[in-house]
Amino acid sequence: MIIAERKPFNEIMEMVRDAKRILVLGCRGCVTICSAGGEREVEILASLIRLGKQKAGQEVTTIEATLVRQCDKEYIDSIDQWDGQYDAIVSMACGVGVNFIANLRPMAKVYPGVNTSSFGGSAEQGVWSEQCAGCGNCILHLTGGLCPVARCAKSLFNGPCGGSVDGRCEIHKDVPCIWQSIHDKMVRTDNADGLAAIAPIRDWSTAGHGGPRKTIRPDLTV
Amino acid sequence: MPFIPNIQAFCCHYTSQQTLAEGPEGLLADGFPKNVTIHRLVCTGKLEVSTLLKAFEDGADGVYVAGCPVDQCHNLMGSQRAAKRVGAIKKALAELGVEPERIEMYHLERGFHPEFVKVAQEMHERITTLGPSPFQGGTK
Repeated sequence: MIIAERKPFNEIMEMVRDAKRILVLGCRGCVTICSAGGEREVEILASLIRLGKQKAGQEVTTIEATLVRQCDKEYIDSIDQWDGQYDAIVSMACGVGVNFIANLRPMAKVYPGVNTSSFGGSAEQGVWSEQCAGCGNCILHLTGGLCPVARCAKSLFNGPCGGSVDGRCEIHKDVPCIWQSIHDKMVRTDNADGLAAIAPIRDWSTAGHGGPRKTIRPDLTV
Repeated sequence: MPFIPNIQAFCCHYTSQQTLAEGPEGLLADGFPKNVTIHRLVCTGKLEVSTLLKAFEDGADGVYVAGCPVDQCHNLMGSQRAAKRVGAIKKALAELGVEPERIEMYHLERGFHPEFVKVAQEMHERITTLGPSPFQGGTK
């Protein structure tokens, strides 16, 4: 899922400084799962905004709503039910949601309520770790299912840098050296020979270095 | 006119059980401040952050939560969860430029215990010293 975290409150308050009617808009997708921008977090942020405005002696009304997703036009269309009732939208979806609202509602003032950080998973209760970099050219079949692009601090393709100690990354001591993990996994599954192959020079154009990426599926377009 | 703080207390069933059995008059006789309003919960782990924030929106000058001792919660981790949520509100209050001391978590023995009255008195004194809430209450 996409991992996000609520922005510092003062940053949000600065965005909505001039707004008197605010639509706080959550998303039931990834940000609900990582407890950053679901229904519960919408309720909390709306309350904090009201308290912040009250403290400043300013009047405010808030509308609290959570869409099924903010990354599909069909769901974005549902915000029209609040037309004329808000001055600004604080989207608690990932950056995709904020962009979609901005794309589809050119007149709306939409602000991000969260910082979108990574593609990851829940390692344990309250802890999420990055697992995928979305680089557009997956090589997990060569690395035992463990990603050196996302999980090696240097995104190395041909083995460890030599700086790891006791299987831990030299940059982040609390993170396992993913190349150590890849090696262990490949040996464990009788695939050690695969580690001898030299990875060719990488074409990073699929990773966003060639500009914004678009995926088109002719079999699905209408 | 002296400032009498509006204090909202969220207490679990077990920490408040026997003290509340005395009834409001019995509590007052024990020295429980009459400006402290008690909300009884099945477990403080049931508390939502938004419920505590709403108390401030509704005009509370101070809020506290009384749950079981950290390692003796009737529901195992309920009071630990409540403490985390109180911690989140303290952080939020600080972000709002408001004294984090306006909210507190207390871990109390279950059943009748003089600490139940003592922490209410402590919050009363603390909030009286801090003064009225900087939130002006009322808009939604």
